[in-house]
Amino acid sequence: MAEMDTSSGGGHKKGPGVKKGKKLSTRVDLTPMVDLGFLLITFFIFTTTMSQPTAMRLNLPKDVDNPDDQNKVKESAVLTIMLGKDNNVFYYEGQLKPDASNFKSSSFKEIREVIINKKKNTSANDLVMVLKPNADCNYKNVVDILDEMSINVIKRYAVVKISDVESKLIQITEASTPSK
Amino acid sequence: MSRPKLPRKSTSVDMTAMCDVAFLLLSFFILTTKFKPSEAIPVVTPNSVANKVAPEKDLVLITIDKDGKVFLSMDDEQKKEYIANTIIQTKNLKLDIKAFKKASFFGVAFNQLPSFLALPEESRKANVLPGIPCKDSANNELTEWIRIVTSAYQGQKMNLLLKGDNQAKYPAFEQVIEAFKKNDQLKFQMVTNPESVPMGSDLWKQSQKGAPKEG
Repeated sequence: MAEMDTSSGGGHKKGPGVKKGKKLSTRVDLTPMVDLGFLLITFFIFTTTMSQPTAMRLNLPKDVDNPDDQNKVKESAVLTIMLGKDNNVFYYEGQLKPDASNFKSSSFKEIREVIINKKKNTSANDLVMVLKPNADCNYKNVVDILDEMSINVIKRYAVVKISDVESKLIQITEASTPSK
Repeated sequence: MSRPKLPRKSTSVDMTAMCDVAFLLLSFFILTTKFKPSEAIPVVTPNSVANKVAPEKDLVLITIDKDGKVFLSMDDEQKKEYIANTIIQTKNLKLDIKAFKKASFFGVAFNQLPSFLALPEESRKANVLPGIPCKDSANNELTEWIRIVTSAYQGQKMNLLLKGDNQAKYPAFEQVIEAFKKNDQLKFQMVTNPESVPMGSDLWKQSQKGAPKEG
């Protein structure tokens, strides 16, 4: 590019024929940098999980040996939920019949319906849920079912040791139904 | 009427200020983010709708890992010193109190404590340690641990926390509860991850009404 040196400043003069570098502007377009900055911000905000662990309260009942001190509940108002392995859930209403005809199997998806139905059909003061986790179920199942209690606002529930009869029934049912 | 001629202004804005703000925010977020400390005991906690934030002070944390091994940890160093002294007296063991105070968690039987404390912090990993024995009721050391801890916290607020792994089997959980019950520690909290309340459930209706929710 042949250009005439028109900017004749007061400084030292270059001889004719010596090209002077064109004065470039020092201003840079910062728009892409701003874009990048905000992109990173959004990325970090979205990938950060705000995982403040929460805590779930559980109050245990005191063990009472004296049967007179134990709480009596109406048979019809009791729903017993049992937890087995592979997220299986079993339940029965009232007392378990000797022929186990009211022993039903369910899953965590369906158990909410059962709980809601039971809650609808019994007076709120009597309703008691008995939770019996068996030895094969895992901690998550227990927390899930306790969570189910708070989701459906069940005021009275208890975690009870499973009886042998129930445990056997669960094992038989689990053995007969192929796991999903 | 002739319009007054407006000088044509450049549409380009100076981006420097905006760039500054963007990077200031970026650096702020990066620096304030607390990274999850790598845990010696890997535990995946289950989800629940509980909305109370887990306490961070005065806690006594019982951890159940995926194999059902039980670990105990606590944050108060003074209490730890008291506990160390109690163990030394009652169990007739020689313990390094300094190491005991520094230890982030305990996961061995009482008689293995000296060798456990001799281990460097990095090699105390949940997968090699046996956990506090609580399997059989005859030799339930967890009960003793909790008894000593409660005596250390006598008259003070103690946050008993239970952190279990999804895969932990129920018997381990049951044994921990048994140990709590034997010490009359009937209130405790379980550490979970928050989860949203399912739509249409009773709790959801309650929170929609604005009624106080129960933890």
